[in-house]
Amino acid sequence: MATGLRIKTAAELRTNYLRREMFPTIFCDGCGLGNVLNYTLWAIDEVGLDLDRTVFVSGIGCSSRLPGYINADGLHATHGRALAFASGIRAANPDLTVIVFTGDGDGAGIGGNHLLHTIRRNMDITVILVNNFTYGMTGGQSAPTTPDGGFSSTTPYGNIEHPLDICELAKALGAPYVARWPVVSPAQPVKSIAEGIRKRGFALIEMLTPCPTAYGRRNGLKEIEQIWRWYREHTVLLDEWEWVEQFGSPEEREALRGKMKIGVFQDTERETFEDRWAALVAREKL
Amino acid sequence: MSTHRELIRRALGPRVQFVQGDDACAYGAVLAGCTFFAGYPITPATEVAERMSEILPLIGGCYIQMEDEIASMGALIGASWTGAKVMTSTSGPGFSLMQENLGYAIMTETPCVVVNVQRSGPSTGQPTMGAYGDMMQARWGTHGDHEIIMLCPASVQEALEITIVAFNLSEQLRTPVLVFIDGELGHMRERLVIPDDDEFELVERPRATDRAGYRPFAPGPDLVPPFAPFGSGFRTFVTGLTHNEDGLPRASSAAIHDQLVRRLAAKITNHLDLITRYEEFYADDCEIAIVAYGITARTCRDVVEEARRRGIKAGLLRLISIWPFPEHVVARWAERVRAMLVPEMNLGQIVHPIREAVAGRCVVAPYARIGGELHSPAELLEALEALQWQPA
Repeated sequence: MATGLRIKTAAELRTNYLRREMFPTIFCDGCGLGNVLNYTLWAIDEVGLDLDRTVFVSGIGCSSRLPGYINADGLHATHGRALAFASGIRAANPDLTVIVFTGDGDGAGIGGNHLLHTIRRNMDITVILVNNFTYGMTGGQSAPTTPDGGFSSTTPYGNIEHPLDICELAKALGAPYVARWPVVSPAQPVKSIAEGIRKRGFALIEMLTPCPTAYGRRNGLKEIEQIWRWYREHTVLLDEWEWVEQFGSPEEREALRGKMKIGVFQDTERETFEDRWAALVAREKL
Repeated sequence: MSTHRELIRRALGPRVQFVQGDDACAYGAVLAGCTFFAGYPITPATEVAERMSEILPLIGGCYIQMEDEIASMGALIGASWTGAKVMTSTSGPGFSLMQENLGYAIMTETPCVVVNVQRSGPSTGQPTMGAYGDMMQARWGTHGDHEIIMLCPASVQEALEITIVAFNLSEQLRTPVLVFIDGELGHMRERLVIPDDDEFELVERPRATDRAGYRPFAPGPDLVPPFAPFGSGFRTFVTGLTHNEDGLPRASSAAIHDQLVRRLAAKITNHLDLITRYEEFYADDCEIAIVAYGITARTCRDVVEEARRRGIKAGLLRLISIWPFPEHVVARWAERVRAMLVPEMNLGQIVHPIREAVAGRCVVAPYARIGGELHSPAELLEALEALQWQPA
């Protein structure tokens, strides 16, 4: 594999990292959350994280159930507040690695304010934000990410609101690491999650994840194979996107409509809250 | 190299100071071992956060100003799970925002202390005026069945002492503890003597010691489960969902929910002796009692003395712990007195559990005052005199 990743079997990851008593999962057939979990564990293994010193934090929703399956410290918090809880952990004990699983509703809807300020402070937290365009746990209502015109149980005539581009927001706020990938292939997500964990500072990895049950079936993407194929066909690498925007023909540019940019949006350095606080204490402590 | 206790002493400064109630809460927290504060500015509680932001760096702790009170409460819980002693402070509107995560702390048995320097409401109300408008929100503000511990000091000195007690109870019982003062007490300056370490007790949360057979929510004999902080290798899963003793979600089980929620309540109600605090004046021969708490109770002390001079057999029951309600104490007074006057800086909140405890055994007369002014001694005296002549 071009990325140089060691291939992990599911059995290997399962034995080393999961809580046996939590299975089977609550996830529906065709849901991408199992893949998100798989890629995360793969990345953790790649980085060589000590799970005794790692805390998985989440809010409420399908994706927020992920910490329960991992055999580590986990904090399944309140809806939208994962980043606030995670910030408390990091501020009180910066020796712990904190990984947050959140969804588009949890992380960018009800938790939008915390997203903004956790990035502003640059807490050293890796956030894996699973975007499935909908509130899956409650049966498929419209989310801040529901595409223009998308159908949901609360937009039965189509969504009239403009969807939020979470990665553009994170980038604008100065998050040191921002990436977006669909779950349909492992290499890039695994690499990005590993980079996010290694990054000193806030890292956001948005995972575009199919939800055939709550979103797909209302939007002509009910079949599992069909919705997974849709993600391949509707995502365009950042470089290619920019090339088409600059040099593409009108037809090529038109073809970008309704598709999503994927790739690493930002990879930079910025002092963290934890490092600055430690410096302040070193200066002021009696 | 100075010890942490010595650092605290140096950070707090002179032993005798002239400070506000808000300051005293911050001092009490630091003396109790608090090393983490997350908060959001709000009148009249801001000075608690200001003191903590000054002191915590001096002793190597952490102060973080969050984006709102919801986040403050969340950060508090996260920090508590690393093993730190934690506090936040707020006032009415912020306390409203904290309710959901307060319930989470109850459900997940997370020690934390919340100071509420009350002001009037509803809504923005009178930000700079004292009131006791959140007494019932403290009890029932978060959803679902639960017990809560709330303490109500009446002076700057007591604000410090009660904040230490709040930390001890919170640690020992692994549950949030509320310290409720008001804008008057919060902003009033009084002489404060910082107690020496041998003048108060410090309690730490029970700790899990053995990884083998560790079940994070299996209670000990006092119904409190031993605690293992994040990062200690015990690998604890914490959820606000109904969970079994392993901490794993069992949200559809009636039996597990019933067992968990009853235990969380019982671990507080079984410890009434540990929690209940009150002061009695002229309890032995009292005919007309005042039952009061917080700043109001201080006026009442003088009123009772004056009433005695005028021949009224008055007495005062000053409640310090409000929740769980000291029903047995009020009931005992109800056996002996003809009437109870209940002055409150709200439209009548604690008068309800008082009536419940009295159960018709004596007259209960609420004396409500809102708008930000304290009850005057003269008007309370008048109310006592009126009760004196009221037929039982």
